Amino acid sequence: MYGNTSLTAEEAKVLNASVEDPQKLEAFEARITRGEKIEPGDWMPEQYRKQLIRMIEQHAHSEIVGALPEGTWITRAPNFKRKLALIAKVQDEIGHGQLLYSAAETLGKTREQMLMDLLSGKSKYSNVFNYPANTWADMAVIGFLVDGAAIVNQIINSKGSYGPYCRALERICYEESFHLKQGHDNFVYLATGTPVQRAMLQEALNRWYRPLLHFFGPSDRDSQHSEKLMKWRVKLASNDDMRNQFLDQYVPKIYELGLTLPDPELKKGDDGIWVFGDPDWDEFKRVINGDGPCNKERIEVRRYSELAHRWVREALLNPNEKYAIPMA
Amino acid sequence: MNTEAIKDLLYKMADDALVIGHRNSEWTGIGPMLEEDLAFSSMAQDKVGHSQALYQIIHTVFGEREPDVLAFQRSEKEFKCCQLVELPIGEYDFSLIRHFLFDHAEALRYEMLTTSTLMPLAQLAKKVRGEIKYHVMHADTFLKQLANGSEESKARMQASLNYAMPYALGIFEKSAFEDTLIGEGVFGGEEKLQHLWLEKVTGIVTTAGLQMPQVDEAKIIYGGRKGFHSEYLKSLLDEMTEVTRIDPSAEW
Ligand SMILES: [Fe+2]
Ligand SMILES: [Fe+2]
Ligand SMILES: [Fe+2]
Repeated sequence: MYGNTSLTAEEAKVLNASVEDPQKLEAFEARITRGEKIEPGDWMPEQYRKQLIRMIEQHAHSEIVGALPEGTWITRAPNFKRKLALIAKVQDEIGHGQLLYSAAETLGKTREQMLMDLLSGKSKYSNVFNYPANTWADMAVIGFLVDGAAIVNQIINSKGSYGPYCRALERICYEESFHLKQGHDNFVYLATGTPVQRAMLQEALNRWYRPLLHFFGPSDRDSQHSEKLMKWRVKLASNDDMRNQFLDQYVPKIYELGLTLPDPELKKGDDGIWVFGDPDWDEFKRVINGDGPCNKERIEVRRYSELAHRWVREALLNPNEKYAIPMA
Repeated sequence: MNTEAIKDLLYKMADDALVIGHRNSEWTGIGPMLEEDLAFSSMAQDKVGHSQALYQIIHTVFGEREPDVLAFQRSEKEFKCCQLVELPIGEYDFSLIRHFLFDHAEALRYEMLTTSTLMPLAQLAKKVRGEIKYHVMHADTFLKQLANGSEESKARMQASLNYAMPYALGIFEKSAFEDTLIGEGVFGGEEKLQHLWLEKVTGIVTTAGLQMPQVDEAKIIYGGRKGFHSEYLKSLLDEMTEVTRIDPSAEW
C-alpha cells in the first residue's frame, strides 16, 4: 500500500495506550466527526501526528522508489507515443513524491530526514516496488494494475482528516487517472497484439499477481487494529475491503481480454467478496523486511542519488561570498 | 530547393534532439534532488518531442518514413547527431555542462531558423524557441550557482567544461551543403552559429567565474554529422530499440 497504516503489535499498544488532554482530544475528535479538516497549526494528538508522518512519508517514498522500475524502461520504450507518455508518467510520480514530502513536512519532519530514514531502512515504501520490471509488458501491468491499485488506496485516503495530505492526494488522483488510461491502453495493445506480445503480457501478469494481492497489506484477521486510527480518519478502509474493491474493479477487465490469473481458487462469492488462494504471506513479510528481489538495488540507487550528489545540494545551500557580488 | 541539403539539416537536428532527450531522460529518478529530476525529465520530454516534430517534417515534406521508423529503425551509420549528445550522462556536473553548451547552441540555431525559407521549419522554430528558452534559463542558473557554490562544485564545473568543450565544438561540424543552405535561405550556416554561440557562452562562463577553455582546431571532435560516432551511440540505439526488435511486425 502507498499510504500504509499497518501497525506492529508493539506500535498498536503504544497507540492505544497514549493519553492526551481529554478536553482538547474531545474537541479534536468532534471536529473530525463534523468532517472538518485538521490543518498544520491545529492542536492534534501526538499519536495522530506520528502516524500521519509515517503514512505520508511511506507514501512519498513509494512514489520516488516506484519511479525506478519504470524509469529504467524510458530509454527502451518502443515508440514516440509510449516514450513520451512514460517519461511524463514517471515525472508525475516524482512530482507526487515532492508534494507528499511537503505535506509530511507540515507535521514537523524534514524531507532530508525522511530521505535519510529511507536509506537506513527505518522507514518503508510500498512492497510492490521490490519486484523487478523484467520486460516491456511489465510497464503495461504496472501502469494499469499497480497504478490501479494505488488509485483505490489513494482515493480512499483522500477522504481522510488531515488537510495537506487530502489536498495533495486530490491532485495526485487527478494525475493518476491519466496513468491509468495510458497503462490500460498499453495493456490492451499487448493483449490484442501479436502472439509474442500476448505471451509477454500473460507472463508479466503471472509474476505480478501475487505482489498485487500483497499490495493492500495482510488480511484483516492478521492485522493489528486500531479504533483510534479509524476514528481519527487516518485509516479509512480495511486492507481486505480495499483489496476486494481492487479485485472487483480489475479482474473482470483482465478476463475480458482473454487473459488469465495464476490462481485456480480466485472467484467472486455470492456475497460479493472475492476469494483467492493463499498468496504466501510469509513471502510478503520476508520482502517487507528487506529480503525481496530488488530491495537492495532500489535503496542503492537512492543512496547513489543522495550521496553522489551531496556536493550539489551543499553548493546550492552554501554559496560562498563571491556569489554575493552583483554580476555585470 | 535542394532536398538532400535540407534533409541533412533536419536529420542532424532531429537526431541531436532524440539522443540528448534519451540521455536527459536517464536522470529521471536519480537526480541530485527531486526538483532536478523533474527539470531533466521535462527537458527530455521537450527534446524527444522536438525530434518527433523534425522527423515529421522529413516524413510529410520529403516523403520519408514515419517518425517512429526514422527514430527506431535507422542504423548507427545513418545517424547524424554530434558526439557531444552521445556521451553517457556521467556525473551531474557533466550532464549540466553538456546541457548548458548544447542548449545555447539549440536556442541560437532555432532563433536563426525562425526566418528559414523552409516554412514548416520556420514555424516549428518559432514554437520550439519558447521552450528552449526555459532550458537555457535552467542551465544558466545552475551553472552560475554551482560555479560559485563550493570549492568542489567550482572545480567540478571547470573540469567538465574542459572535458566537454572539444565535443561541444563538434556541434558545428559543417556539412557538404553549407553554401546551398545559406544560399537558399534555409539556414544561416554552422560558422555563423558557432560564432554567435562562442560569444554567448564565453560571456556566461566568464561571468560565472570559470575559465573558457581554448581548444585547438585539431582537438575538436568531429565526425558525428557524417555518421562517424563515439562508441556510445551503438549501445544507446540498441537499448532504444530493444523492445521493437522483439517483434518488428508488431505495433507497440
Ligand atoms: Fe503517483
Ligand atoms: Fe505510481
Ligand atoms: Fe501513477
